[in-house]
Amino acid sequence: MDEHSLSDNIKETPFYKYHVAAGAKMVPFAGYLMPIQYTGITEEHLAVRKNVGMFDLSHMGEFEISGPKALEFIQMMTTNDASKLTVGQIQYSILCYPDGGIVDDLLVYRLTDKYMLVVNASNIDKDFEWLKSHLIEGAKLVNRSDEFGLLAVQGPNAQKVVSQITDFDLETIPYYNCAVIKSGKHTFLISRTGYTGEDGFEMYLTQEMCDDLWKACIVAGRKFDMKLIGLGARDSLRLEMKMALYGNDIDKSTTPIEAGLAWVVSFDKGDFMARNILLKQKEEKPKRRLICLELEGKAFPRHGYDLVAGSEIVGQVTSGTFSPSLQKPVAMGYLPLKMTALGNAVDVKIRDRLFPAVVVKPPFYKEGTHR
Amino acid sequence: MIIPDKLKYTSEHEWVALDEDIATFGITEYAQGELGDVVFVELPAVGIKVKALQPFGTIEAVKAVSELFAPMSGEVAEINKELETDPMLVNRDPYGQGWMVKVRINDPGEWDRLLPASEYSKLVG
Repeated sequence: MDEHSLSDNIKETPFYKYHVAAGAKMVPFAGYLMPIQYTGITEEHLAVRKNVGMFDLSHMGEFEISGPKALEFIQMMTTNDASKLTVGQIQYSILCYPDGGIVDDLLVYRLTDKYMLVVNASNIDKDFEWLKSHLIEGAKLVNRSDEFGLLAVQGPNAQKVVSQITDFDLETIPYYNCAVIKSGKHTFLISRTGYTGEDGFEMYLTQEMCDDLWKACIVAGRKFDMKLIGLGARDSLRLEMKMALYGNDIDKSTTPIEAGLAWVVSFDKGDFMARNILLKQKEEKPKRRLICLELEGKAFPRHGYDLVAGSEIVGQVTSGTFSPSLQKPVAMGYLPLKMTALGNAVDVKIRDRLFPAVVVKPPFYKEGTHR
Repeated sequence: MIIPDKLKYTSEHEWVALDEDIATFGITEYAQGELGDVVFVELPAVGIKVKALQPFGTIEAVKAVSELFAPMSGEVAEINKELETDPMLVNRDPYGQGWMVKVRINDPGEWDRLLPASEYSKLVG
């Protein structure tokens, strides 16, 4: 008996067998057995930066909201202004609690006759219950998370790979837009989105398409030496772009204003959850803000490490790594507002030693190819 | 999983090779796989005394940080300087170019208390 058959709650994605065959190291993540790496996180990371890689993101959650009051419901629950979306457009947005704390960050897709919300895997149940408990008459909410497999192809050569599997002119899909395309006998939704900072696509596939599309992408990717990419490199890729990770950089104790996400809070769209609290916080300035730090030397800042000024602990690292692209240690963390100016110095405490760090302008990696 | 017979092992996944009174330490193939890509290795200076089962250095890798435990006691005679510029030698060749320190041992009896390959392979099997 293998170790995983003991825990019957762990799910496999439709691509599980391909990961195992490719020699991936599989770990439980958000209720799924996911590939954390195939050949090595650094190599996979650089493949996406310089060329192209494919990710299985089937663990992500997909909700559909339809009905005459769908937009009204989304406007009330999310911070960004979904009324600005035309069919085929996508926006990054936030679900907040009434006190301004973050329930989740998400993507809102406007489709022909409904909206699709793409939420973090670890928050699917929580988000669904949260939305359901506020649902209004005239809006219908369906959790379709278990129905979809999600494949992402990311990197400067992503379009070259994906254009091999379809006749659709991908050039017509701008960044943060989606389209329904055909590949072989299958028709599915594809968006020019990602969590890497590079150009790339995400494909929402129903179960019966998954085998065909995996194989088609693998064949298409051969010509371009496409690599398979695990969650390890996904984390370092998003970190280099200062893209927040729920549970690390944002959670119910942080607000979008503190996290530097005021750009997705639309105060002039009318009332919405936590609007007044967030507006007050924006006007009065938050007490702390999520900032980017670069360190010198051989240090590896990790989640939870203390940020120190003088002899005082002034914050914590929320995400950190040794940046594969920059070849230096980088971190994100919250600092008191007065310490957040660019160039400000602070120390990171790494196993009883202090390493000097300086506040830098995001993103860490500035050569991303996303459009 | 490669576990060379001529080496001995600790339950913390270090290996040791013995040549007269010089012991070479490194980490096993299993350990490098668990840690992921090694970003840097912090090693003691030549001349420092290390003690069996006590930490002698730190290994920072993308997935985790880990202390290095000395399999045997003695004085550091040489450190692998190559790891400074290419720490992923530990991933690519854990039993060869990825070696970490050479120690002049002072208690050969400690060798007998280490795990032989057959025992270590049960631990990671």
